[in-house]
Amino acid sequence: MSEVKKRHSDTRMVPYPSQAIVPERDLNRQPVLETRHLGIEFGGLKAVDDFNMIIGRTEIAGLIGPNGAGKTTVFNLLTKVYEPTTGTVLINGRDTKGLSIVQTAHLGVARTFQNIRLFSQMSVEENVRIGLHNQIKYSMLSGVLRLPSYWKQERRQHEEAMELLSIFDMQDLADVRAGSLPYGAQRRLEILRALATNPSLLLLDEPAAGMNPHETEELMENIAKIRDRFQIAILLIEHDMSLVMGVCEGICVLNFGRIIAKGTADEIQRNPVVIEAYLGKRKEG
Amino acid sequence: MAFLSNLVNGISLGSIYAMIALGYTMVYGIAKMLNFAHGDVIMVGAYLAFCAAQYWGLPPLVSLLVAMAACTVLGMTIEKLAYAPLRQATSLAVLITAIGMSYLLQNLALLIWGANPKVFPDLISLDSLHLFGGELVIKGATVVTIAANIVIMVVLTLFINRTKMGKAMRCVSEDRGAAELMGINVNRTISMTFAIGSCLAAVAGFLLCSSYPMLQPTTGSMPGIKAFTAAVFGGIGSIPGAMIGGILLGVIEILGKAYVSTELGDAIVFAVLIIVLLVRPTGLLGKPMREKV
Repeated sequence: MSEVKKRHSDTRMVPYPSQAIVPERDLNRQPVLETRHLGIEFGGLKAVDDFNMIIGRTEIAGLIGPNGAGKTTVFNLLTKVYEPTTGTVLINGRDTKGLSIVQTAHLGVARTFQNIRLFSQMSVEENVRIGLHNQIKYSMLSGVLRLPSYWKQERRQHEEAMELLSIFDMQDLADVRAGSLPYGAQRRLEILRALATNPSLLLLDEPAAGMNPHETEELMENIAKIRDRFQIAILLIEHDMSLVMGVCEGICVLNFGRIIAKGTADEIQRNPVVIEAYLGKRKEG
Repeated sequence: MAFLSNLVNGISLGSIYAMIALGYTMVYGIAKMLNFAHGDVIMVGAYLAFCAAQYWGLPPLVSLLVAMAACTVLGMTIEKLAYAPLRQATSLAVLITAIGMSYLLQNLALLIWGANPKVFPDLISLDSLHLFGGELVIKGATVVTIAANIVIMVVLTLFINRTKMGKAMRCVSEDRGAAELMGINVNRTISMTFAIGSCLAAVAGFLLCSSYPMLQPTTGSMPGIKAFTAAVFGGIGSIPGAMIGGILLGVIEILGKAYVSTELGDAIVFAVLIIVLLVRPTGLLGKPMREKV
């Protein structure tokens, strides 16, 4: 744990043209995600307002804030579950305006859910292979008739799925029904299923929810491992501050739908506005 | 021997119900709607096969293929025009649309082919099977129906479990939102479901009219409702459930007609349905409903 923490607190965050900051190593590369004045209203209520964020190509970023601040709404905007009322979302430089959920997913955004949404009737391996879904090439006919091309593809997919499962040491569980896995394992499987879609931006909605401190620590190491191995950006919503502060390079604090602070873990921890949002105002005297 | 003969006839009728029930159950499982126009697609399929064979003089197998292809297109068109725009609407709105679509198809058939019943030609020119020294006679159409049903069941099971599209269907049926976020094209998947269901409906229409050669615009309604019953009986949304439910329903109907009362045949079928639903509300193979907390 301490090793992970050290590595990431060493990251130098540099100001990007506009208000955002990204890790120094990503400075000269196209950001994975850029939002400009992003906002959505639900019947007059501004759930998210003027949300500006830039995430570097290999950055691990955190989105935190009190309950009801609009964090999951931001995820729904980024994945186009909701169409924003104002502003733009650029994924790898491409405007997602008017794109469907599926098209946005194909641009390289994958996510997990706060309340796990695995295909619980299917096996662990099948769940991961749903992610690989879009890379299947054999035709329907050869699938039913089991032509050689089908077997070749199947074998490759099986190997790929097993390799993904090995990230969390889950190879032995490949044939288990996803719904019967213990809670922590379901969370891990959901991350793998998202990874299988070959994303450039992985959104994790409370990945440590319901995990014990030991599991959380393991998860923290694995998040860093996934980033290093796949060279992708990860944005996570999390309430567990040890995870956020330990693994996130840039942190964005949301309250009542607006960003109230941005910065590195150290900056955020010392920021009086953030402390006030979480703990309330200190009484004078 | 009479019992055996009734049993075989029951399985044959049940096979037709099963084919139709598959359409209901797949559409319900994947698109979460009851497509009450499904029964009328059977009727359209039968009319098309009738026209192809009788008027255009095509061979039986080609007539069947024509009907299958046309119904596949019809099913996809109905979905695209009538149901897809209502994807976000309440299930009641979709249900009413489906009932409207059912009447539309019936009345179009009335307009095109008239109210007079047509006699469906004997297209399955297969000799009857004589078993047990001629004591048990099974008609050619019966043999073909049961064989076709077995083939359909096997191919469909392989399709659902082994192909990319089949997997997509299972995903959409479990969690449409998550499937979409995993990059699965939900619209295309639902469209494909209607295509398969309608194609099977054409086969069912062809086989139904080969066994019961009376063809009129309302031909599809009763088998449609019974197949829907079969789908509920087996557990709506479950594919093996539709197969088992269909066959059981056919057997119960024929045996009921033979041994209890000819007039009460249909009543017996629905009485059995009520009893099953009282004991197992989700049907024979239906998943128990789980309340989300």
